[in-house]
Amino acid sequence: MTDILVDIKNMTFKREERTIYENINISIPKGKVTAIMGPSGIGKTTLLRLIGGQLKPQSGDILFDGQNIPTLSRSRLYDVRKRMSMLFQSGALFSEMNVFDNIAFPIREHTQLTDDIIEKMVLMKLQAVGLRGAKDLKPSELSGGMARRAALARSIALDPELIMYDEPFAGQDPISMGVIVRLIKSLNEALGLTSIVVSHDVTEVMSIADYIYIIAEQKVIGQGTAQEIRNQTSGLVNQFVQGEADGPVPFHFPAKGLKEELLKVTK
Amino acid sequence: MESILRLGQSTVSVFSGLGRAVIMLMSALLHVPNFKKGYPLLVKQLYAVGSLSLIIIVVSGGFIGMVLALQGYTILVDYGAEASLGPMVALSLLRELGPVVAALLFAGRAGSSLTAEIGLMKATEQLSSMEMMAVDPLRRVIAPRFWAGFIAMPLLAAIFSMVGILGAHLVGVDWLGVDSGTFWSMMQSQVEFGKDIMNGMIKSVVFAFVVTWIAVYKGYDCEPTSEGISRATTSTVVQSSLLVLGLDFVLTALMFAR
Ligand SMILES: Nc1ncnc2c1ncn2[C@@H]1O[C@H](COP(=O)(O)OP(=O)(O)OP(=O)(O)O)[C@@H](O)[C@H]1O
Ligand SMILES: [Mg+2]
Repeated sequence: MTDILVDIKNMTFKREERTIYENINISIPKGKVTAIMGPSGIGKTTLLRLIGGQLKPQSGDILFDGQNIPTLSRSRLYDVRKRMSMLFQSGALFSEMNVFDNIAFPIREHTQLTDDIIEKMVLMKLQAVGLRGAKDLKPSELSGGMARRAALARSIALDPELIMYDEPFAGQDPISMGVIVRLIKSLNEALGLTSIVVSHDVTEVMSIADYIYIIAEQKVIGQGTAQEIRNQTSGLVNQFVQGEADGPVPFHFPAKGLKEELLKVTK
Repeated sequence: MESILRLGQSTVSVFSGLGRAVIMLMSALLHVPNFKKGYPLLVKQLYAVGSLSLIIIVVSGGFIGMVLALQGYTILVDYGAEASLGPMVALSLLRELGPVVAALLFAGRAGSSLTAEIGLMKATEQLSSMEMMAVDPLRRVIAPRFWAGFIAMPLLAAIFSMVGILGAHLVGVDWLGVDSGTFWSMMQSQVEFGKDIMNGMIKSVVFAFVVTWIAVYKGYDCEPTSEGISRATTSTVVQSSLLVLGLDFVLTALMFAR
């Protein structure tokens, strides 16, 4: 039995009237790569924000190393956040700083290291994502994929205990995709970091994840190792892994019937 | 019934906005400052909101002083009182025009850009990602901008008045022929430090507080979309201008009414 770093228990989260999660239970084991998969708009980003304490659930617990995130005071929450980091879906690089300063930002804020050491650390992280040559560029001068890799470098700058990657592979060519996959894996293996990877890229995710959660319809519809997921007979899981539009998981955002709506328009 | 409901709703939203603004400012400012990290940030913002506003302040101050001298002279000369041009211009600038016009210009030049900048940082999740890095955006982003505006604006108002007086000298003395010695000596004897200069300074400090607070709050509280940012920017300029004018009346009544 491995330790659990993040334990979500009976958590319910609503956005206004819409229920995003209903009594969901998810455990993220320490030192492993856990993947979260699920249809677009199901609330994967929301889940990461809940773990980071940016959103508060209506009920239930979110334990990070035993501390219940939603009940923490502001300063305690900031202390906990020093131990985690998140790669935002949009990258969210600081537009007023160049790539180098972006990656140096968390190091400068949280450590007393000298400029010399900071420079070495930043260059190493940039090397890892293949952007050492782009250190003087502004985020606006990067391509989408490059910006995401720079953001990735920033999120691993301090080697936090928990890294949450929101769609790390989006917009990457096969080469950089392979590099990122290996990077996540090696961070996990060499430093024992815990990773949560949110992604739609079934094959990549299956290749690195130790454990996989598939969410749909406000709850976990399937979980297990990659092998277990492949062998599952549940229609929901199969549909997702095989990528079929028709099946138990609705592809459409909840709406009234298409026919009804189109007819109303022409009327 | 409908209208009472709406009145109630807008009252509630005004006060909840005010509450959020107060909470924001308190959490941004009430902490032990870290001078080593804060100082470079403050200097950078002082440059952005202060130095970059200098041009518009200097040019407007000069022209306003020139116009004041021209208008004042044509009125005063009818009564043979053109010797009083110096004090007239100086008092108008120091008591009223310096603080008020500088605040209005500052709201348009620096306030709007503060709002837009912070709003865009919010919309692109930069504030959010800072939070996740355990760096409080209120302290890292809002506080230095607030202090910079609060420090820069009274200085800009003082520069505005100074340049205005020089502009008035240019028109009144060099062009219209008022005696230079009279211009300065009358000004010196009529302008009181405590009553005129200090009160003007107090006004501009109050305006600086209000304008910068509105600007950073509107950016921080805006809806994170392009329309949201544009609405926030507009309302920064409109609300701070109106508040400056309203407060100016109140302050003038308190300071100068007999
Ligand atoms: N700021 C917000 N206000 C209201 N509703 C929101 C907000 N952000 C997201 N939502 C809603 O919450 C739901 C979950 O959003 P979320 O971003 O977590 O989805 P996701 O699973 O990350 O999707 P994707 O894979 O497309 O990124 C969405 O249906 C969305 O409509
Ligand atoms: Mg998402």
